[in-house]
Amino acid sequence: MSLFEYQFMQNAILTAFLGGVACGSIGVFVVLMHMPFIGVCMSHAAFAGALLGLWLGFNPLIGAFVFSLLAAAIVGPLADRGELSPETSVGVIFSLMLGLAFLFMGLMPGTKSGALELLWGSILTNTRGDVILLAIVAVLVVGLIVVFYKEIQATIFHRGIALSVGIPATAILYGILFLTGATITATLRSIGGILIFSLILNPAAAAYQLTYSMRKMFLLAAGFGVLSGWMGLLFSYLFNIPSGATIVVTSSVIFLLAAVFSPKRRVKGWRTNALAEASHD
Amino acid sequence: MGETVIDIRNAVVSYREDVALRGVSLKVKEGEFVGIIGPNGAGKTTLLTVVNGLGKLLSGRVKVLGHQLGSGTGHSLRKRVGYVAQVQNIDPRMPMNVREVAMIGRYGLLGLLGRSGRHDWELVDEMLALVGMSHLARRPIGHLSGGEQQRVAIARCLAQEPEIFLLDEPTASLDWKAQADILELVRNIHDARNLTTLFVTHDLSCLPTACDRVVLMKEGRIWGEGTPVELLTDENLGQLYDMPVSEVKKRRTESILV
Repeated sequence: MSLFEYQFMQNAILTAFLGGVACGSIGVFVVLMHMPFIGVCMSHAAFAGALLGLWLGFNPLIGAFVFSLLAAAIVGPLADRGELSPETSVGVIFSLMLGLAFLFMGLMPGTKSGALELLWGSILTNTRGDVILLAIVAVLVVGLIVVFYKEIQATIFHRGIALSVGIPATAILYGILFLTGATITATLRSIGGILIFSLILNPAAAAYQLTYSMRKMFLLAAGFGVLSGWMGLLFSYLFNIPSGATIVVTSSVIFLLAAVFSPKRRVKGWRTNALAEASHD
Repeated sequence: MGETVIDIRNAVVSYREDVALRGVSLKVKEGEFVGIIGPNGAGKTTLLTVVNGLGKLLSGRVKVLGHQLGSGTGHSLRKRVGYVAQVQNIDPRMPMNVREVAMIGRYGLLGLLGRSGRHDWELVDEMLALVGMSHLARRPIGHLSGGEQQRVAIARCLAQEPEIFLLDEPTASLDWKAQADILELVRNIHDARNLTTLFVTHDLSCLPTACDRVVLMKEGRIWGEGTPVELLTDENLGQLYDMPVSEVKKRRTESILV
């Protein structure tokens, strides 16, 4: 029986594909809107929420989703109104979420294996149900980006300008935060609460090094996300090492390679740079 | 001059503890070019946001292009009001080119599910040509200088085909040559397209040639209005900026009162 005939492997391959697409696409927002800390905050909140679910006996994913949205609902407006610098508000929420996560873990009776799985992630124990949830989220993420591409593009470029031409940029921003929460929740069990944010940030950060076209950046980021997932899965299988961590390390290597070979590093020589001229699509 | 297109009555706007506008009333007629000057914190920018519906009124009434501004009416009005702000900090690696940025001006008009078609791109190219930016149309926006980015911002605003043109210190932080060029461009566009323009600026030297009327603002109130020649005296400016008249004279002759 070949490896691919095992259902757990099929689930893992599908998860890596769908998770890579969703995380990579979400990462483009995180990178271009300069909000990596909001993403970090949301993913740790998801982890805390999932642990609360495990402790109190309700579905951990519901806890994860609610907590990550709560974090976004607190951090978003604070940063938005400029009452606190985003770094400060995010720092406060981030440490609170981590504290809560460990608190819930400590309060949990019996074995902590479920909690550790949420911490490190375990793509090989995914069920068909996990894959279906992730598929719904991935389709939602890609579908909404395609349908509202121009509004998203304008909001990413400058929220004030988007608002001034009559685009509901605030609604778009909160929609993006909602999708981020959904993506984190759906990939939490596979990649792990501590690691998930790297799979969001790294592929998009790599894509950011390579193109001046936003459309290409979305495609490249999703591609790198899938590549990270599949390569990580392969290495994890070959060397019998933890899958979530391997996926994240792979995505970091892709970022490093993109950064080293980035044409944008030669940005000062842009007048003679063919990439700059060819940025239209 | 045509009919009144902007009618602000006793507008009060507050941001938390600060009162930004303290009962401002202003009428602007179709085709007018109005300059707004005043020290920092005078409420100039807030006045513009009241016109495009982004500023939230605490009390008072604002009627723009025949529409009473209230909650929820802003989006549709903003499509008819162009807004150019100060030079923005744009990420030099932002993956968008000049043409795409100018196209943002069309997005509000196209509606939520609309797509930009050939007509929209032609219009954008025409506006980029008008502001002299055609040769940079395919460059990444972050690679342009501040003056070039402001020209693109004006093209974006014109691509919106606005009836009212709001400019919030569009030439701040630019060198004097770029300032003069952009002001001339704005005035020409205003005349050619029969726009109604509100222009917030610190550049006093440009006002007499460009503006039909000047509004002086201080501490959230309108402190005076009239033609540039009768209003922009050294005495008035001294009072407006809390500065001795002799100092105003000195600075104006050296033209460093910016």
